[in-house]
Amino acid sequence: MTVQPGGKLRLALSVNGEPVETLADGYKTLLEVLREDLQLTGTKHGCELGECGACAVLLDGEPVLSCLVLAAECHSRRVTTVEGLTDDGALHPLQDVFADLGASQCGYCTPGILITARALLDREPNPSRDQIKDALAGNLCRCTGYLQIVEAVEAAAARLRGNS
Amino acid sequence: MKPTIPASAVIGRSRRRVDGRSKVTGQTRFADDLSLPRMLHCKLLRASVPHARIVGIDTARSAAHPGVHLVLTGSTFPIPYGVLPVSHDEHALCQDTVRFVGDPVAAVIARDEATAAEAVDLITVEYEPLRTYADPADSLRFPEPRIHEYGDSGNVHKAVSLQFGDVDGAIAGADHVFDDVFFFEGNTHLPIEQHATVAAKDPDGKLVVWSSTQTPHYLHRSLAKTLQMPAAHIRVIATPNGGGFGGKSDPFNHEIVVAKAALLLDRPVKICLTREEVFYCHRGRHPVLMRFRTGVTKDGRITGVDLQTLLDGGAYGSYGVASTFYTGALQTVTYDIPTYRFRGCRVFTNKPPCGPKRGHGTPQGRFGQEVQLDKIAEKLAIDPADLRLNIVAPPDSLTANYMRIGTIGLADCVRAVVASSAWKDKHRKLPYGRGVGLACSSYLSGAGLPINWNDLPHSGVQLKLDRSGGVTAFCGATEIGQGSDDVLVATVAEVLGIEPFDIRAVTGDTDLTPVDLGSYSSRVTLMMGNAAIQAATRARDLIAAAVSRKLEIPVERLAFAGRRVFDRESPDRGVTFQEAVCIAEAQCGTIGTTGSYTPAKPAARYKGGGVGPSPTYSYTAAVVEVEVDPETGWIVVPKVWIAHDIGRSLNPILVRGQVEGSVYMGLGEALMEEQAFRRLPARLSNALVHKFPSLLEYKSPTFLEMPEVHTDLIESMDPSGPFGAKEVGQGPLLPMMPALANAVYDAVGVRIDEVPVTPEKILKALKLKADGKPARVGPAAFPDNVPWPEALMVTPPWEGGDGRASNEPERKSKRKAEAGIEATAGVRS
Repeated sequence: MTVQPGGKLRLALSVNGEPVETLADGYKTLLEVLREDLQLTGTKHGCELGECGACAVLLDGEPVLSCLVLAAECHSRRVTTVEGLTDDGALHPLQDVFADLGASQCGYCTPGILITARALLDREPNPSRDQIKDALAGNLCRCTGYLQIVEAVEAAAARLRGNS
Repeated sequence: MKPTIPASAVIGRSRRRVDGRSKVTGQTRFADDLSLPRMLHCKLLRASVPHARIVGIDTARSAAHPGVHLVLTGSTFPIPYGVLPVSHDEHALCQDTVRFVGDPVAAVIARDEATAAEAVDLITVEYEPLRTYADPADSLRFPEPRIHEYGDSGNVHKAVSLQFGDVDGAIAGADHVFDDVFFFEGNTHLPIEQHATVAAKDPDGKLVVWSSTQTPHYLHRSLAKTLQMPAAHIRVIATPNGGGFGGKSDPFNHEIVVAKAALLLDRPVKICLTREEVFYCHRGRHPVLMRFRTGVTKDGRITGVDLQTLLDGGAYGSYGVASTFYTGALQTVTYDIPTYRFRGCRVFTNKPPCGPKRGHGTPQGRFGQEVQLDKIAEKLAIDPADLRLNIVAPPDSLTANYMRIGTIGLADCVRAVVASSAWKDKHRKLPYGRGVGLACSSYLSGAGLPINWNDLPHSGVQLKLDRSGGVTAFCGATEIGQGSDDVLVATVAEVLGIEPFDIRAVTGDTDLTPVDLGSYSSRVTLMMGNAAIQAATRARDLIAAAVSRKLEIPVERLAFAGRRVFDRESPDRGVTFQEAVCIAEAQCGTIGTTGSYTPAKPAARYKGGGVGPSPTYSYTAAVVEVEVDPETGWIVVPKVWIAHDIGRSLNPILVRGQVEGSVYMGLGEALMEEQAFRRLPARLSNALVHKFPSLLEYKSPTFLEMPEVHTDLIESMDPSGPFGAKEVGQGPLLPMMPALANAVYDAVGVRIDEVPVTPEKILKALKLKADGKPARVGPAAFPDNVPWPEALMVTPPWEGGDGRASNEPERKSKRKAEAGIEATAGVRS
């Protein structure tokens, strides 16, 4: 990471498996760099204060709230956003069952929930219902009442276990 | 007799919604996801004081700040607007008065958001403080200074009084009279998407506005009015809303500001509100104080209801006149109420304006009525479910206030939740600390009259079919997450015998789509659905006639199914749907059809009767179970049983989502959500401010608080609904708050006669109980200084009335009178 004349940072990071270089203002959060500089608008924002979970992304495989992470902290690190969930053009099982089982209504909180659920399933392939609720407790959804989301995560976990 | 549910290929099948893939891949383009070349960014300066005259604004330093392109103040926006014709009381930027902390005073347009924010801080405003009205008591006590120069009197925005039959005689002659006061605290929509708008001049020089709005048509009208431009030169595109719940139903100041800025600068301008600003937009649930005086016979039948409601409207009109009527409009649609008096009053206060939130005006009165029914059942020693079953309003009837009921599945709903919850084994039988409560509700499937009174359709659909075999469906309806695009394509697919995936939906675009009044009032499925069926039926008839001529099959024998058009009697004889469209295009030329929907004229003809009529009403019953810790007052809801009269379930997976989402939002209101205010300390400014304009401190339920929900859908096949369907987006929210309060009473024997029901209130009530005092927490009394007008006297239908008031002054002209009165109809969340 180098500081350019005018205070911009030259960042090199991996986004959804691809190397990315960008010049970013030093004050910018990872959320702002993703959305505004890299045009990856799949990641959403509901508060920009770490309160709603809509901006969750994976940083080196761990879920983080991208509104609370400075882009400068992400130099040389791996970022996965909702755009990186698909595999060779096929929906991730979480995406597939979310669409089929009504787990996404307006779709605004969905990217953050998918990312957080993906992190859960990466570390716990067979989560209990309580583990799913705990993992997602920081993600607010105003549409669904959460139940179809929990069921979709369970269904995706089952499908992933069947495939592995 | 159970209705017959016809066999359908698409309707009634649980399917992935048409926009499902777009949402799970993050590809749905919300307003803030849009970015245009040369785009600038806007920030608003908002009032820091609740009520004041603007003595001076100095924008010089702000305008000189590097990167600033434009600074605007109220002088650019002299023309008022508002969603209801009777209350055009807003300006895009304040003129000479600010009316709440958060009212927009100035706007900066700069190269980026950070620069705009810096420049906003460089504007100085000199204020001359005016008296702050913190609540309705203030507003009723002090008529001067007025928050607005219009309204019924002083700071009373609207006071209405309606009487249907001899309610005083009916209550006097009752075996028992119940007189209860309730309070419902205000709360807000809290959509996770913050409002955002992008405006630009298109290459032709016309205005384009993309916005997270539920009502592009009303925004279109407001832009034409405030910018003094022909509506035909303005294009409003409603981007998919990241949740609405009524909070994006008003035309907003920020939308008008960026539109004007884009015109002045000839560059695209974007604004995205912060979460704090979303709390200032508000238009959420009105705080309502209410008094129910109800006469009942000893067997639990209602003889009359005398209802008074007092609404804290906040600083502007919004939908408030309609909200006021809605606090009293639907009680009679639920239960048999032979005589009725409703008095409602909305006052202005110096807080963000209230408006339509999911259930619009009806949840507050519903809470009072359902808790009072629980008290009535207790006193008369009747099971609360049986009490309600005995008074369910009759089907195919006119109510005392001239609402026309069609099908009513409420009794089936009550029986369903009684059975599923094992109510009879639980009510008054669970151990101390555990309890169950029951409540019912009804809601509109779209308002019967439009906001802007006219004879035009409420919803229009156009179809384009061509030789590709593809179908495009155009409609002004707005996708706010509820699945309206899915309803549109599903209804067309069902009629044409093709799959939803074969159809492209183009919606919410005032240039491309015929007008639909918007996603509010639970109107879209019924109104757009009927328009879509008409358009699709016309297309099918046209194709059938062409195929009939070509294949020499009688038209009445042609079937449309499985992407084919074929002879019913000899299914091998036929053509693919694509071939059928080609045959029709060859014979008739380019194919396009239209459909539209206008509700039947309401029976109510008195002033104010424009609020409440609907093509049909949905019904819901719910049982809530609670566990209350008597030591801490902490409330846990382990399970909810709910049954909803949906008419017909078009896509059960989406219907279930609406029911569970309503249960969730209702429990949030019941237990924790509060749009509350406080005074800053005197050493600061003593200003009245929002207590916690943040997602963290404004408590809403998370995954951890959401209970298990058992849902039964009652299909009553309403003849006025598309394929028999009624609404589901709002009705199931309504019984949650009273059912919870009733369950708390069952658990620990205390009455919390106000929402939210919090641990603090439960502990307070338990302490009162321990001290031998009435175990109740709630408002003490309804004020006696509300300036009620003389009641309009309307004779109920069964006493020979014609829907008119006997003492209503002669209307000047029919057109004008209806414009003023029925303009109040048609609102939702």
